[in-house]
Formats: sequence, C-alpha cells, structure tokens
Amino acid sequence: MSKPIITFENVTKRFGKLAAVDNVSLTVEEGEFFALLGPSGCGKTTLLRMLAGFETPTEGRILIDGQDISNVPPNKRPVNMVFQSYAVFPHMTVADNVAYGLVVDKVGKAERDRRVEEALELVQLGGYGGRKPDQLSGGQRQRVALARALVKRPRVLLLDEPLSALDAKLREQMRTELCTLQEKVGITFIMVTHDQDEALALATRCAVMSKGLLQQVASPNDLYEFPNSRFVADFIGSVNLFEGVLAVDEPSHAVIRSPDLPVDIFLDHGVTGARGGTVWAAIRPEKIELHKKEGDTPPNLGDCPQGTNAIAGVIKHEAYLGGSSTYEVEIAGGRRIKVQRSNLTRWDQEDFKLGETVWLCWHACSPAVLLS
Amino acid sequence: MSKRAPPDPLEYLRRWQMQAWLAAVAIFLYAPLIALMAFSFNDSRRNIVWKGFTLKYYDKLFNDSALLEAFGNSLTIAAVSTVLSLILGASAALVLWRFRFPGKTALDGALALPIVVPEICMGVAMLVFFARVMPWPQGLAWPLNLGAIIIAHVSFSFPFVAVVVRARMASFNREMEEAARDLGAGEFRTIRDVILPHMAPSLVAGALLAFTLSLDDFVITFFTAGPDTVTFPVKVYSMVRFSVTPEVNAASTVLIVLTVLLTAAALKLQGDPAATAGHGAGDAK
Repeated sequence: MSKPIITFENVTKRFGKLAAVDNVSLTVEEGEFFALLGPSGCGKTTLLRMLAGFETPTEGRILIDGQDISNVPPNKRPVNMVFQSYAVFPHMTVADNVAYGLVVDKVGKAERDRRVEEALELVQLGGYGGRKPDQLSGGQRQRVALARALVKRPRVLLLDEPLSALDAKLREQMRTELCTLQEKVGITFIMVTHDQDEALALATRCAVMSKGLLQQVASPNDLYEFPNSRFVADFIGSVNLFEGVLAVDEPSHAVIRSPDLPVDIFLDHGVTGARGGTVWAAIRPEKIELHKKEGDTPPNLGDCPQGTNAIAGVIKHEAYLGGSSTYEVEIAGGRRIKVQRSNLTRWDQEDFKLGETVWLCWHACSPAVLLS
Repeated sequence: MSKRAPPDPLEYLRRWQMQAWLAAVAIFLYAPLIALMAFSFNDSRRNIVWKGFTLKYYDKLFNDSALLEAFGNSLTIAAVSTVLSLILGASAALVLWRFRFPGKTALDGALALPIVVPEICMGVAMLVFFARVMPWPQGLAWPLNLGAIIIAHVSFSFPFVAVVVRARMASFNREMEEAARDLGAGEFRTIRDVILPHMAPSLVAGALLAFTLSLDDFVITFFTAGPDTVTFPVKVYSMVRFSVTPEVNAASTVLIVLTVLLTAAALKLQGDPAATAGHGAGDAK
C-alpha cells in the first residue's frame, strides 16, 4: 500500500507566460484513490493531461514506477483515461469500443473477446456489446469509457471530472460504484474534480490546487478538519473566518482576540509557529450551536472560561434544507455568522425563526487556527 | 362543415399571401424546367406545339457519336477532378482544422476565393494561364488531352470540398482523438480509426458536389476546351446555336436528372446523422 507509483518532481507547465502548473511535487501511492481538487483554471486538468501524455512538462519530471515518462508519447504509457465527454467512438459498437485498445496492442482474438466480456461485466454492461453508443444513456456511455480503459489493465486509471455530466441521483449511485470498482480491480485511480463533495466522498487522499500551486495534500477528513490555509478552509465546505491576534498562547490553551467578535475565542491547545502575527480562526457552521435566548447568562459548554466562545445574535436569514437548516446570525457589530443545525426532531426548528434572538456557542476544540 | 381554426402565429404556410408567394416561386423556378423536359418527348422538329409522344430524340441522342464522345469526356473529367479535389480539399481542411500557423487566416480566405470569384473571370484567367504561362501540350492522346480542363475544374471545386469537410470537422470532439492515442494508437492509426470515420460523410458529400460542379460546368470549360476536347455542356451549347431541337431538350433532361440525383445524394449524406453513425463500423475488427 505504501509503494509510490507516481511521482511529480518539481513539475511546471507554462502556456506562454502563464504557469498553469507551478512547481508541483507530489507522490501518489499504489492502490490509492487520489483526487485533484480545485476551482476551474487551477491547473488540475493540466496535471492530469501531463500524466496521460497530452502535455509535456516545461520543467521537472514525472515518474511512473520510477521510470521518467515525461517524453513518452501517450500511446506508450501504462495509464488510461476516462474522458470528461467519455469520448466513446460513435461509429463502433460497445464491444468494438472496449476492444479497441486490445486490437491496437495486437492481443489475440480469443483473449480479446474474453477480456472485453469481463470488462463489460465489471461495469454491469454484460450483453450490451452489440449496441451502438447512440443507443445508450449518458451513464451507460460512461461505463463503456470505464470498461475501455480498464480492459487494458493500466497501472493508473485517470478520471477527468467523472461525475460532472450525470444527474444528481445517478451521480450518487456512480460514486458508490466507482469506489466498489476500485476496490475490486485494485488499480490506482486519479480523479480530477472541482466538486469538493465528490472528492471527499470518493478519494482516499486529495490534493487541493489553486492558481497552479499545490495548497494541501491530505485525507478528506484532514482537509476538512485541519485545513492549512484560508483558501483550503474556504474551498472545502463552508466556514466562518475570524481574523485576529493571539492574546494568550500557552502549551495547554490559547486565546484569539478578533476585532470582528465581541468575545474572545478560547482554544484548548497551544498554537505553534504563530510568531505574534495575524492569525485566523476558522469555525465550521455545523460546529456552532444555537441556543434559544432565555435570560442574559450565556450558555457554557463546560470546556471554556466564562465570557468566551458564546455570543448573542439575531437570525437574519434562514434556509430550511430538510435534514438540516442553515442560518445567518447577525451579532453586535454587524458581522453575520453562518450556522448549520441538524433538524433532530420534527418540531425543534420552530424555536429558531427569522428575527429570533439566540445564543451562539462552540467548543474550545472547534476552531481551526490558520496562519495563512 | 366545421370551420378550421385560424392559423397559429408560426403557421406561415396557412396564410394565403405565403401560399401565393410559394406558388409564384414554384412556377417561375420549375415551370421552364418541366416544359423543357416535357418537350423532349415532343414528336415535332419545331419545338413549339405539342404533336405527340415520342422517344426518338433520346434514340437519336444515344446514337450521336459526337455527343457521346462529349459525354464521355465530361464523365472522365468529372471523375478525375473529383478524386483530385477530394485529396486537395480534405488535406486543406485537415491542415486548417488541426494546426495554428502564421497566415492561417489568409489561407482560409484565399481558399474561399474560387467560390466567390465570378466564373467568367476564372474562365478568362484559365485561358490566359494555359495560353501564356503554362501551355498544356497539344495533341496528346486521350485522356491526357483533357489535362487543362481537369486542372481548371479542380481549382474551382476543391474549395467546396474543403468547406464541407471543414464544417464536418468542426463537430469533431478532440477527446476522441486523445482517447484513441490514450488506448495505444499511433498518430496514423488515430487518423484512420477515428478521424476518417468522422470525416467520411463529408467526403462523400464533397465528392458528389465536386462531381456535379464539374459535370455541368460550362463557362470555365468553354475557355479551356480545345476543338478535340469538347464536353457535354459545351456540345449542347453548340447544338443550340443552330436551332433548339428536341434533341437539345433530351440532352438537357439527361443532364438535369443526373445533377439532381447527385445533389440529392450529397444533401442526404450531409444531413443524415444515421449515415454519419454508420460509417466505418467494425473498423476495429
């Protein structure tokens, strides 16, 4: 599980003056489901295309199994790709599409037929071999593209925005299937996506990119709970960011004082590497609790001193999403704070209506401290 | 009798003004052609009054050795110029579609020039070219003596092929090409297995277009043809100079039918998605 299969060594790709990929170093290990995540134009697709061989790096090297493949043409690389448009050949039947890579490789007919059938079974398209692509739905065409790539038994399977063209229900289903498929075939998958939900749900590890630079490489859980920068915190999910300075910084606890907040933010751990500059506290909306305001004593969650981590505010916006509701709560000073609350019973959302005054509070372990 | 509902806003064809207009167009456009065809079956030397049905002018037509020779010349020129136009046109379209290079816009414009330049100018230009710049050797054996006409025909029909092929390539998904490369195909194999099948309908349409253009071209051919290289339209013209006999009608009818059939085939192949999907099936086997 820990054998590196792909290594990017200081890879830079320039189109004219613009660096689409800027000095990226990255290792993907065997058997991973790796996601390249970022907004459009961040260089993630360029990185994938360099891996497939459709672009060559301006600087740096790309290694597959320790072999430098930077100048190997795409047809000689041990990787196969599932394209965003699927690129299923319209003039060939499903079976001919899947067989194409084997025909080019001069695999004998008997073995070819067997492997094509196997691949079609794998993506649950058994018996569809004789059909033409225009007789298939979008989801089925994607399965053909998957089978066509997997039948060549690549070292790495590349997926370019695999779920973006599917409708919501089908996307949900394909997510599960892609995971199952990867476990079944044991091939390393590398996926490009701009959809953070997709990356979090599918990947074992994600790389977040922005403007050609690698921002953070971590497991989905670490990306969400321990982002390393404001960009990552903001790009993955929704977040409340408070700019401030460290008023107290002890090994056992710390306090951030922010001009945006009337109270201090108390942390149950020390901060390393702050050096007295500006810091940011990032608090996810679902980690802030809403309490009905009865009297002037703020609620205390028990792990922070009185007068910290609790503010009064007025609900200014409410979006009921069924399973949960999101609120924007305005505190003294005009700052609005996003809060998400699970609708745990069928009535309890009645207490939090537009214009209600409420208490906001959070645990001492909830804020993530960002230094950049 | 139940009254019909008044026409909906977009049902133009149910308004009498539109119907009148359509009728007028049909009469002025097609009545002369139909009259011409009908009178080719007229049993009379004078082509004015209907005297009775006959096929004798067709019989005469197919026994007229000079006319048959002209027809043979026309078919040969059309066939050869179609093949050459196809190669030149498709290559030009591929280059313009595939690459970016300095002067691409200029080349693109220059390519459309033979389509927009008046035929008479092309004809005179060809005449001057073959008389002064590069005289085609005289007295060559058939079909080499048709060379000048073939070159002239290629020069005005290959841009049409290029335009048709290019329009087709605009709908080509570049990821198809990349997919073929990704699956292990080399550059040449990719062109053969993926790009050509996509291009096929436009090649057929372009070929039919080039063939018809060449077959019924008069003006440019007239300026490049010699005494022993007469084509069918030029021959018909020379027949008309004496009198418009039903034989001319018969000859014109043959030409019209041929042209209409080929054009219809070209349009069908151009517009029919089923024809597109069907081409090159089973190439991988």
